[in-house]
Amino acid sequence: MNNKKSIVLYLHVHQPFRIRHYTVFDTAINSDYFDSSYDSKASNEAVLKKVTSKSYIPTNTILLRLLNRYPEFRFSISITGTILEQMERWAPEALRSFQELVATGRVEIVAETYHHSLAFFYSMSEFETQVQMHHEKIYELFGVKPQVFRNTELAYNNDLARWAESKNYKGILAEGWDPVLGWRNPNFVYKPAGTNNIALLLKNYKLSDDLAFRFSDRNWSEWPLTANKYSHWLSEINDVNNINLFMDYETFGEHQWADSGIFDFLEHLPGEWLQNSNHDFKTVSEVIESSPPVDEISVEDTVTWADTERDLSAWLGNPMQNAAINNLYSLTEKIHETNDLSLIEDWRKLQTSDHFYYMCTKYFNDGDIHAYFSPYDSPYEAHINFMNAYRDIVYRITNHGLDVDG
Amino acid sequence: MLGWELPPHNSGGLGVACYQLCKSLAENNMDIDFIVPYEADHSIDFMNVIPAIPQGVESIVKSGIAYDSYKFTYENGQTENLNIIDQYHAYSIAASKIAENRYFDVLHAHDWLTFRAALLIKQKTNCPLILHVHSVESDRAGTIDGNPMVKEIEETAMLMADEIIAVSNHTKRKIIADYSIPEDKIKVVHNSIDVVIRYENNDFNSYQFLRNMKTKGYKVVANIGRLTVQKGLPNFLRSARRVIDVYPKTYFLIVGSGEQYQELVDLSAELGISDKVIFTEFQRGQKWRDAFKVADLFVMPSVSEPFGLTPLEAIAFGTPSLVSKQSGVSEVFKNCLKVDFWDIDEMSNLIASAISSDSLLKELRDRAYDEYRVMSWQDSSNKLVELYRRHKTLAEAAR
Repeated sequence: MNNKKSIVLYLHVHQPFRIRHYTVFDTAINSDYFDSSYDSKASNEAVLKKVTSKSYIPTNTILLRLLNRYPEFRFSISITGTILEQMERWAPEALRSFQELVATGRVEIVAETYHHSLAFFYSMSEFETQVQMHHEKIYELFGVKPQVFRNTELAYNNDLARWAESKNYKGILAEGWDPVLGWRNPNFVYKPAGTNNIALLLKNYKLSDDLAFRFSDRNWSEWPLTANKYSHWLSEINDVNNINLFMDYETFGEHQWADSGIFDFLEHLPGEWLQNSNHDFKTVSEVIESSPPVDEISVEDTVTWADTERDLSAWLGNPMQNAAINNLYSLTEKIHETNDLSLIEDWRKLQTSDHFYYMCTKYFNDGDIHAYFSPYDSPYEAHINFMNAYRDIVYRITNHGLDVDG
Repeated sequence: MLGWELPPHNSGGLGVACYQLCKSLAENNMDIDFIVPYEADHSIDFMNVIPAIPQGVESIVKSGIAYDSYKFTYENGQTENLNIIDQYHAYSIAASKIAENRYFDVLHAHDWLTFRAALLIKQKTNCPLILHVHSVESDRAGTIDGNPMVKEIEETAMLMADEIIAVSNHTKRKIIADYSIPEDKIKVVHNSIDVVIRYENNDFNSYQFLRNMKTKGYKVVANIGRLTVQKGLPNFLRSARRVIDVYPKTYFLIVGSGEQYQELVDLSAELGISDKVIFTEFQRGQKWRDAFKVADLFVMPSVSEPFGLTPLEAIAFGTPSLVSKQSGVSEVFKNCLKVDFWDIDEMSNLIASAISSDSLLKELRDRAYDEYRVMSWQDSSNKLVELYRRHKTLAEAAR
């Protein structure tokens, strides 16, 4: 039993293959859905190169320096198959920098679907295939085997936990949403309802969002947030075993720009935290191994880490999104009959949750965060491009002599 | 206030915009004298409507006069070019006579037909002059420059005015480009709409043929407006050709009259889509409403549209829109599809993609209605009240 207070930092690395401006006149003629011109907002190459220079390279440089400086420093990442493919093609230097981190033995990789999809809710076999593909890709590039699972967008429920247990994962990650926790707090290891051999780690969203969302907000009463102040807050928390700081990797340098001071913050946080000998850092596996679950938590309805609703409505909240995803998964059986690997891979790239996020109309009128991340001018354009690509997939299936409804 | 028309005696959007704006200003406790060039009953109680000339409305209100600056059309269809000029001179003199006997804090004039009167009144009273530009001559004329006499009065009045209101950023840019007016003299106050409750889709529709074809899986794409160069309909027809290539089960309904009618009929024949393009004349009342209702998508492909109210009107009929980016309405209306008027490829793509996705049409319809429900003239009228106060104070300081 370890009585130290631990920061469990977990960073999620992902980029989708965005669909280019793909029209009804491309359908059944060109199948290059993901090849935007470089100057387009939907250019995957341009976005990756931009985020590499703004976020991945500077952040990894700092993280590697911290790992070298502080033997106690450690953290976890998840990194999707789609971004690994993109880095192999367009930013090998970024991939190398991640490999260097993992090679220290103190950076753990978390399992997920290769394509950052919502397949768990639509096709179990497809979901399992994508998880397997991700395992293989991670082993190929990093030589490690992930032991803790996170589903796309932290979409979590009891069924998922039971599935992960059946696949021998040690742990699973989810949002520490208040209705789920009730009177409890997210700062302990829990056990999912109906399981025996798997642990549940819940994101401390208040402290995570201080960095991910509020850090550069000058109207925030706590601005400017320094590593010293933040470390002080964390050390003041009583009744705590582990503080789960889960966020997008791009928080560093992309969502919070360099001029906000986020890199200085990162550089100084471990030093501030480790001044107290009762403090340490742990990876997700380490905290699970060192701390037995304190209670059981049941999540019937799916919880995610998005928006104020914390449900799937950011992806599946309107008819356009539902039509798009239902149509796509209706092809599951037929597409495998084609044995056409490049067709199946294109179909999988269309499953990436970002495509459905771009179609979100929830807050379109307020010009919010959804619009910030979208390469399109409106959710309607996102739907139009997607459906034209979807119809091309249908067309390609029929070219294999197979019948598809719709 | 100087205006040319008010509902129900209006030829188009100008009268509607003046009416709704004044109503909102009256709710903001503004006392308005609104001088029109004819005598008629408007049943308006929120402001004082004053006839400048003792003549019936039939002398003035026909189809499209305020916009068709070089043409004047009688109800029997006969057109004349000069009469509008006589009317305009008569109005100028009469309106300025009326103004002599009244006291105003601010003078607010709507579009070029009232600008000469506005200048005369300003000369006599030294009252602050605000011009409200609902369109400029180059908008109305489409691709050509327009009537030099109209341009002259627009330019003179804009130079003399204390401040200019443009109904959109699009119009503001045109004022700067056409008349070299300093940017900081022009304020954008967008038009809005008086929200009505969503119309029910009752059983009967005037377009029974289209109704019937829709039950067989056909879609209807409509344009409702004047058939003039400004409205960009040739590009709409060229897009129709491409859409029909992909989705043959599509009808195009064009409701309106105008000088381009013959040309558009010829063009559809030339494109080989005469069977799929249905022209009706200009319609009012139920046939106008039914056109919106029967449509799956409303398209406003205008080359230059100072504001463009029809896409907002379409919302009340549950019809989503594709609007040209060269329109004022595209600056304020988010939940619609948008395209450059010249981009026939994209216009075809958006029309074809929209009519092939019921879920897209439904989402556009519902979200547009959410947006529409909260629209009001309040913001625009607040901006004007503030502007009136400022000019009143400045004028008093100068005395």
